[in-house]
This record gives sequence, structure tokens and C-alpha cells, in this order.
Amino acid sequence: MLHSMSYNSAGKRDLIAFKLADQDFCIDIGLVREIRGWTPTTVLPHAPDYIKGVINLRGAVVAVVDLSARLGFGPSQPSLRHVVIIALHEGRIVGLLADLVSDIVTADESQMQPVPDLASNAAREFIVGMFTFEDGRILRKIDLAQLLPPEAELANT
Amino acid sequence: MDDFKELFFIECDELLEALASGLRKIEESVATANQPATIDIETVHAIFRAVHSVKGGAAAFGMKDLVTFAHRFETVLDEIRSDILTADTKVMAILHRCSDFLADLVAATRQDIAANSVQMEELLGELDTLISQDEEESFSFVPIGLDLVEQGSEASTTLPRNSYRIRFAPDADLYRTGNEPAALFQALQKLGEMTLTPDLSALPVLSEWSLSQPKLAWVIDLASDHSEDAIWSVFEFVEGCCSLKIEPLADPAAEIPDPSQEGDNIIALPIAAQSASNPTAKLDSKPETEQGTTIRVNLDRVDRLMNMIGELVIKEAMLSQVIETVGLAENLDVAAGLDGIRQLADEIQDSVMAIRAQPLKLVFQRMHRILREASDMTGKPARLITLGEQTEVDKTMIERLVEPLTHMIRNSVDHGLEDALTRERRGKPHIGTVTLSAAHRSGRVQIELSDDGGGIDRGLVRKLAEERGLIAQGATLSPAEIDQLLFLPGFSSKQEVSAISGRGVGLDVVRREIMALGGRVMIHSTEGQGTTFSIALPLTLAVLEGMLIQLCDQTMVLPITSIQETLRPTPASLHGIGLTGRAVANRGDLIPIIDLGLSFGLRSERSPLETGVLIVVETDSHKRAALHVDGIIDQRQVVIKSLEENYGRVSGVSAATILGDGNIALIIDPEEIVLSSAADGARSHKLMMNG
Repeated sequence: MLHSMSYNSAGKRDLIAFKLADQDFCIDIGLVREIRGWTPTTVLPHAPDYIKGVINLRGAVVAVVDLSARLGFGPSQPSLRHVVIIALHEGRIVGLLADLVSDIVTADESQMQPVPDLASNAAREFIVGMFTFEDGRILRKIDLAQLLPPEAELANT
Repeated sequence: MDDFKELFFIECDELLEALASGLRKIEESVATANQPATIDIETVHAIFRAVHSVKGGAAAFGMKDLVTFAHRFETVLDEIRSDILTADTKVMAILHRCSDFLADLVAATRQDIAANSVQMEELLGELDTLISQDEEESFSFVPIGLDLVEQGSEASTTLPRNSYRIRFAPDADLYRTGNEPAALFQALQKLGEMTLTPDLSALPVLSEWSLSQPKLAWVIDLASDHSEDAIWSVFEFVEGCCSLKIEPLADPAAEIPDPSQEGDNIIALPIAAQSASNPTAKLDSKPETEQGTTIRVNLDRVDRLMNMIGELVIKEAMLSQVIETVGLAENLDVAAGLDGIRQLADEIQDSVMAIRAQPLKLVFQRMHRILREASDMTGKPARLITLGEQTEVDKTMIERLVEPLTHMIRNSVDHGLEDALTRERRGKPHIGTVTLSAAHRSGRVQIELSDDGGGIDRGLVRKLAEERGLIAQGATLSPAEIDQLLFLPGFSSKQEVSAISGRGVGLDVVRREIMALGGRVMIHSTEGQGTTFSIALPLTLAVLEGMLIQLCDQTMVLPITSIQETLRPTPASLHGIGLTGRAVANRGDLIPIIDLGLSFGLRSERSPLETGVLIVVETDSHKRAALHVDGIIDQRQVVIKSLEENYGRVSGVSAATILGDGNIALIIDPEEIVLSSAADGARSHKLMMNG
């Protein structure tokens, strides 16, 4: 399995930045296997609304999480311009539907701040921290572990 | 070194299996005949050899406990084979436990953990009581690294001093497998006075010398008190990789070999049997070559092959779709070529599946021990009969069947069989019988486990289920429905939790494990006569013959095995039942209709029945239902892909597959659909099996 964090030679971390409803998010590049264009999915019965369905990734069946729906922006209407980020988390492969991948950036731990205390914000649950940059840009770091539905929830649907 | 060790352990598995099945064979003959003489001497030799080989290997690696135990075990076996000890039921029971413990010991050594020394002492003590006094030797066996033949002499019985001439010419294999002639000679020397003469006659001149073809041979004259057997056993580990002749020298005292000894030769060397009049034999074939040549292959490699064939099947489907779209399908050459590819792909698939297939024997054999232990713990005498052990199923399935079967066997002994007193009162044989059978049945593997016990006490089951709130008080349930209650989580019919099967694990876990394999468990019980559990399993976890259907612009797959027929409903055959229920009349039967689109949540309103097709499916519990779908597309073989690997279980869906166009189609689980939709409408939601 890949390491969950990738440090480059200077001890900094490489992140993949992507856009979602005009906000910037990121995940650790070490978790990302590849980035694909959107292709229609096969619908999964009884799945939560943020599961777009499953796609064929070279023979493996991979579920696609609609990040927009999951983070509370409402379901996205995917087009060919949308991207699916294929990530590996704890041995499971998962696809993340995003509007577009904007950048690969390098940051170090000192740039990360905790999420401001906002009550009743659905997105907070899925964001572990915010990377701030000198140019004023802010990247919200996604917590992959929270994105997928827990096993128990699936078994009882 | 670790590689060799691993090889030794793999070999041990085979030896232990041979030991266990040999013991069972003997036990059967002990049980059926009153005369101990009917014991098949070949079998005794086979088990002796098994224990001896374990000991030999263990000594080479310095595994002390294993050597000590195997040695004592072997001593007792030797007494049986030389008729000093009679194998009666009591002795067999000890031998069985020793064989079980030897397996434990091997497993413990393999994982490098300490063995259960208390049990070991106890068993060693019991073995000692079997060893006759005059044969008893003060135990002084010290394992010496790699000196494999050192123990060769102990099996001998003393005979008057004989003279033998031994001609020994090692093959290259002997050296390649790390054997050393000098060690053999040392072992021979212990048997008596030895004169060793190298035979240089076959040696070529130095320039033509080839290291891979040893030409050096020896002639050994040996004067010994020991039998010819003892000499053979020195060479036991180099059988098949040398040419060996042992002939008695013209010594009148040694002319006539004792008959039992001749029997030995026949077993160890099948070739010798053909030349029984002439006691010389060439050791060039291994004994017990029952099967053809086999190789050990890492399962990963076979899996990779299987995956690639899966891809091949998908690509082939893609290709035929493309050919269809560009209008080349009419071209005979193209069509013939495509057919050829398809046929080849099928054949390759079958062949690889045959590689993965393994006889159920591997699981069934382990169940004897489970039964023995369960029988010991409950104090209920029981025996296990296994039938159809040669039925083959996928290798992965074999491994995953061990747990559920273990639990079911324990359950049968603990809950199924009555105690000896009750059995007597009911006029049943003293010993309870549990039968484990397997057979191929219409594309599935059917495993049945039945006991001749008291059957399910439905009154008790019902009472317990009511007490535990699993069913409503006074609910009307058919006998079959009551039996199904046993599979509910948290149900245990024994009044108090018992030590062996009541570890908080119920039959619900068994059912879940079998379902995870794509199988079903059925239960059938007759009061006073026993209970039968039937497990139906798919032949393979990899491929499935499916019908492609259209449902709300999704393509889905329905396994052919569950489909009975397809119907185009006419208005006259359709009947409403209440507000939501609908049924179709078909040749006198009323079959409930399930709107698949609704039950998958793909649409919110039920579709008009006049459009679309009804597919009649039958579940393993003989429930029938007509699934309403939008249309039927095709029928083809699909490669099963796991949904659980990256996502999780989806109710009503057993797996996924990849279609010719690269899209994913879900494989429907008709059983679950029918059961859950029946539960929706029925009184008891608890009966829903969604686990």
C-alpha cells in the first residue's frame, strides 16, 4: 500500500488541489492513484445519495463519491468536464467526483490551521484542516476516512 | 533454510492427512470385525511411515518436541505392526488423540509457539502404557541435525545373524537432495559388521567425467543380527534416487525370510512383489504413487491467470459487439473466427477453473477431528460418515467452508444428537451418526449435514423465540418457518450456553458465511429422526451464466440457475391482491409479482405490467416469484467482480460484472429479493434475511 503521506525532499508535502463549488480543496498526493474524466456510472440500489454509482477501473469495481453532495453543496450534475480522482484508502479504492483539478502544490505542516469553529456545518466533518498560502489562497484538506459510508450502514440498507 | 522448513511443513500436512485417514481406515476395520487380525497391514505401514517421516524431518531441523512425541508415537505404531500390541477401540482412541496432537504440534512449531506441554506429557504417558515392557527402552533419543537415517535401526526385530550383500549405486538425485552416502554407511555399520568396497568399474576416464552423472557405486557385505527390513529402512529416505540391491549371501541360516518380513517388502517396494521368489529388487520407483504427477503452484499465480482470462472474456465480448456494430457479423470468416476465439476462451477458463478446483476431502477430513472433540466434550458417542469427498469446488471456497462446517458439526453433536440414555430409550443405536455428504447438483455443489438425533424441538424453539422477542406471542408459523428461526441472530436453542457450540456464535453466523460464498443454507427436520442442513454453493466464485435484463435504463444480470421461465403476461392472467399485491396465473399456479425497479428503488411508482417481461425465479426454499423487468437483452457468461472489495454489500445484489462495452452491470440475487419482499408484506419483519 502507498504511504498515506508523501513528503518531498525538503520535508514538505505534495497536495492535489481541486475545485468544488468555487472552493479549493486538497488531498495528499500519495493517496491519489490517477485522475480520470467523468464517465457515466452504474447506479447502486439503496446507496446513500452521495454515492454516484460504480465505474469500471480496469476490471475493478469502484464506487464514485459525489463530493459536492457529500460536503453539503447539493448533488452535482456531472458533465464530461468533471473529473474523478481515484484514491486509495485503507486498501479500498474510491473515486471522488470533483469539478476540476486545479494544481499540485507543496506545503508544509506549519501552514495547516485547524478548521474555524462554525456550528452546524456539514462540511466540517470531512475537513481535517486548512492550508493557508501567502497569496491568500486556502486549501481545505479532505478526510478520506469520513467520506465513504461506514460498513454497518451499508449492511442495513 | 526457511524454504526447506516451509517445504517440510507442507509435506507434514500431507503426512498428517495420510496418518489421520489411515487411522480411520483401521478404526473402521476394528469396529466392523471382532478379530483384530483383519487390520490391513499396509495401512499400518503407511501410518508408521507418515509418523516416521515427520520425525525424520523434525530431527533435521532440531524440533525437539516434535521428535520426542513422534518417536514415542512411532514406537507404539511399530508394536502394532509387529503384532505385539493389538489395536482395539481403546488403543485407537489414544492413537487418534495422538494424531490430533501431532497435528497441533506441527502447527505450533510452524508458528514458532510453545506446544501444550501438559497435554503432551499426558499423551506421552498414555503412549507409554501401550509400550510393552520388554521392548521398553530408556528414552534417550537425541536429535542430531540432518542425520536423517540415524533412527533406521530401531524398527528391526532381532533375527539370527545373517549376511547380506548390498549393491548401492546412487543417482544424481541422491546428491541433489542432500543425502550423503557416508551417512548411510554409518547407519549400516550400526547394524553389524560391514565391509565396504567401492565399485569403480563404471567410472569413466577423467576427461569424460560428468558431475551430473555419478558413476561411483559400492558393494557392502554386512553381517547383521537384524532383518533385511532394517537394512531397507536405512535406505528409506533415498528410495527412488539410487539403485539398490540387497541379497542374502549364501548363508543357510538366512535363506527363508519370515513371511511378515516379506509383507514389509511388498509394501515398501511394489516392484519387489513381482519378483517375490527372488529377494532382490531394484529401488527405482517410489511407493504409493497413486496419483499422476503433480506440481505445487502458488495460488497467486493461478489467480492472476484467472483474472487475465476474465479480461479475455470481457475483451472477446467487446470485440463481438464492435463487429456487430460495424456490420461485419454477416461475414462468415469473421463469424467463424470469433466463434473459435470464444470457444478457446471458454476452454481456457474451464481449464484454469479445474486447476483451482480441489476436492472437498480437504475440509471433510478435518471434520472427523471436530466431531471427535465435540463427542468427547459432550460425552455423546458419535461417528462421522463422509460421502462424496471427491466433489470438487473452488479452492477459495474450500478454505472458507472450514469455519461454518466446524460450527455445524459441533451444533449437530451438541444440539442434534440425543445423549446415550435417551437414544437407548428411543431404540436407536448407541452411537449417534452424523453424515456429511457432497455432490454436484445442477450446476451447484450440494453439501448436506444430517444427524440421526431427535430433530428440532419446534415447541421449544418457538417458546425461546417468543421469550427473546424474536417473534410475536402466538404468531402463526409453519414448521418450516419455525426451523428458520434457528438462523436468527441471537438465537441459541440450548437452555444454557454450552461449552462447545454456545460461544455466542449462532447458526446466523453460519448462514452469513455461506451467503458470503454465494450459497444458501436450508434446514429440514423430522421430529425424532434427525435434522438435515443442506448447503448449496456455486461451483466457482469467478464466472456465472447470466441473463442480461433491462431495468430503468440500467443493465442487470440475473443468474440463469435461478430462472425457471419467462412470461409475457396477458391481462387475463394478472390478478391484483389487495392494494399493492399482484400475482400472475401460470398453468394453474398463482405466482406473486415483484417489481424489481421498485424493490431496487430505481423508480418510485410501479410500472404497468402490460409492458415488460416477467421472469419466474425459484429460490432454494422453493419459493417462487415473478420478477417484473423492462426487457431481456441477452444471455451470456459473465465474470464476477466483487462489490465488497472497494465498497460494501448491497442488498439484493450479489456482485457486479463488466459488460462488453466496459460498463458495470450488477448481478441480482433473486433469493434475497424474494425473501425480503416476502418479509415486507408478511407479518414478521424479523424473518427478513438481510445479513
